[in-house]
Amino acid sequence: MDEPVTPPSKKRSLGSWALIAVPYFWLALFFLVPFLIVFKISLSQIAVAIPPYTPAFDLSAGWQAFRESLSELSLENYVWLTEDDLYWKSYLSSVIIAAVSTFITLLVGYPIAYGMARSPAAWRPTLLMLVILPFWTSFLIRVYAWIGILKNEGLLNQLLMSLGLISEPLTILNTNIAVYIGIVYSYLPFLVLPLYASLERLDGSLLEAAEDLGCPPWQAFWKITLPLSLPGVIAGCFLVFIPAVGEFVIPDLLGGSNTLMIGKTLWVEFFNNRDWPVSSAVAVILLLILVVPIILFQNQQQKMQERDG
Amino acid sequence: MGAVLAKKSIGPVRREFVPWEDPDHPPFIEFRNVTKKFGDFTAVNNLSLKIYEREFFALLGGSGCGKTTLMRMLAGFETPTTGQIFLDGQDLAGIPPFRRPSNMMFQSYALFPHMNVEKNIAFGLKQDNMPAGEIEARVQEMLRLTKLEQFAKRKPHQLSGGQRQRVALARSLAKRPKVLLLDEPLGALDRKLREETQFELMALQEDLKMTFLIVTHDQEEAMTVADRIAVMDKGELVQVATPGEIYETPNSRFVADFIGDVNLIEAKVMETSEAGTRLKAGIGGYDIDTAQTTDASAGDTVWYAIRPEKVRIHLGEPGEGTVNQAGGLVWDIAYLGDMSVIHAKIGEGDHDVLKATFANVSRMVEQPITWDDKVVLSFDRDAGVILRR
Repeated sequence: MDEPVTPPSKKRSLGSWALIAVPYFWLALFFLVPFLIVFKISLSQIAVAIPPYTPAFDLSAGWQAFRESLSELSLENYVWLTEDDLYWKSYLSSVIIAAVSTFITLLVGYPIAYGMARSPAAWRPTLLMLVILPFWTSFLIRVYAWIGILKNEGLLNQLLMSLGLISEPLTILNTNIAVYIGIVYSYLPFLVLPLYASLERLDGSLLEAAEDLGCPPWQAFWKITLPLSLPGVIAGCFLVFIPAVGEFVIPDLLGGSNTLMIGKTLWVEFFNNRDWPVSSAVAVILLLILVVPIILFQNQQQKMQERDG
Repeated sequence: MGAVLAKKSIGPVRREFVPWEDPDHPPFIEFRNVTKKFGDFTAVNNLSLKIYEREFFALLGGSGCGKTTLMRMLAGFETPTTGQIFLDGQDLAGIPPFRRPSNMMFQSYALFPHMNVEKNIAFGLKQDNMPAGEIEARVQEMLRLTKLEQFAKRKPHQLSGGQRQRVALARSLAKRPKVLLLDEPLGALDRKLREETQFELMALQEDLKMTFLIVTHDQEEAMTVADRIAVMDKGELVQVATPGEIYETPNSRFVADFIGDVNLIEAKVMETSEAGTRLKAGIGGYDIDTAQTTDASAGDTVWYAIRPEKVRIHLGEPGEGTVNQAGGLVWDIAYLGDMSVIHAKIGEGDHDVLKATFANVSRMVEQPITWDDKVVLSFDRDAGVILRR
């Protein structure tokens, strides 16, 4: 039945090369080149100048000058990142906050995705629309709106107090809890959508087969549904975790002064201290930290595609 | 109906196994006045059926006839709207699928894609908390039985269609269910493999001494494997009988037409007697003299069903004493290799044909009959059946 697929012939026409070249060219121009610029700045020194670092490459000064400015580059800023504990604490705190919020997002998002996938087929487009709907409002405004909800005299406290559940307003805004709420709220669709896709594809007869073989439905969830939705879980978690690590807006608006996240540290370094080289170094290290999960993610995606194919 | 038939079973009946002929024999599975409605649609309509232990029973019918619904009610995936289902004396009402002593082989096989062959087969056994050693032994036994030993560690997507089918079979048999339910089990296989597998299924059922219930739309499959067949239409049983009886003595035009090829001749009853019935064909106007008695009376319209292989073709005049003759013109010939089908035109309309077949017993012989030949068709007094509905 399953014939081995003959690999396409190795020879490619010029046209197909051109087609492949377009995305690579795009990536090189808009990702690789900017990264190299940032990387170069991270090796430079702060200076009171425009731009605020040295050396600045001056291509008109000739080859000799270029080589001289190359020799001025150093890893000094990276050494600095290890000397001040602010940086590694920020990185660690970011990763922890991102990991915890990813986990909470999963706990909230799985039942949503599951419910959507099990709902009558006629409802699904509407439910899907409702998940996507918040994207139609600016991210910034949506996060801002949470201030009104979470602040001491905000909607949440008013509601809880009018219900008599609390007598004193809860301090939620400007704490890490507010950051968790903000991240879970903002990134929920990124988890729900891939998870929904993998749950919806799940063949219902597998659950019937499990039940037929003596497995009650609640056990069938752990033995069949969950393992088979794992690709969706992993994809969704990465889509939440990766941007959450570098998140700036949410900790800035909802977090307190002691909420340490690398996005905020970077902002302060760049705009308040105007230290482009150090903030570039921070950005490069952040990228390296994220590259590991991204590679894992891509490997996993590839495996999934191979299995499906 | 009115067909009075010889009491002896017609056609080959496997083993000395005919519990359905004994009215006191307790049924193993019983559907008692079962009705299932989906909204306004009645999938199964007040159906009663008895299936006996160790029987290989087939539910046969076109799509939407209710056969799958009937099986799913037995498995517990659907609840009857009214009526009761008994398995081995136990009323199944309120028992969820995971507590029922039946196992099902799904049409899609429904193999767990994240488990290898062994784990798929062991799944149901683990649910029963069987000791690990016994599970291992049972899985090995099942692998041997289905000739899957060398594929034990493969995942379903690494198997061919035929192999997957065998894994599904092994998995549903592993728990030694009281009854094995087979939902179109061979539908996804190609013809050759399907025929082979049918014989394997029969051998397996014989060896394991289990009750098998198969749902199929393929009449050949049902005829091959089953001890008895229930032909279903619109949620009702039309006929329940052995393959031979279903083929040779269908009780209605629906069954005659559904199973195999048939000539359905509309005819008028001319004369009835103890010795048989005389009919006059509506098209062609020839006389049909049958040995069958009927409770229809003279003047009634009935149908005479006769299988093409029971119609003889004569070039020129048939011999002395040939009864039931109809003259015609060869209109179409289909050469199928093993046999040829002749359509002889006996009336004015394009569809007023009688079908007859003959076996091509010798090789490389020029076909004796060709287009536009004048032929006479004849058949014996007991070759067909009179049908009243």
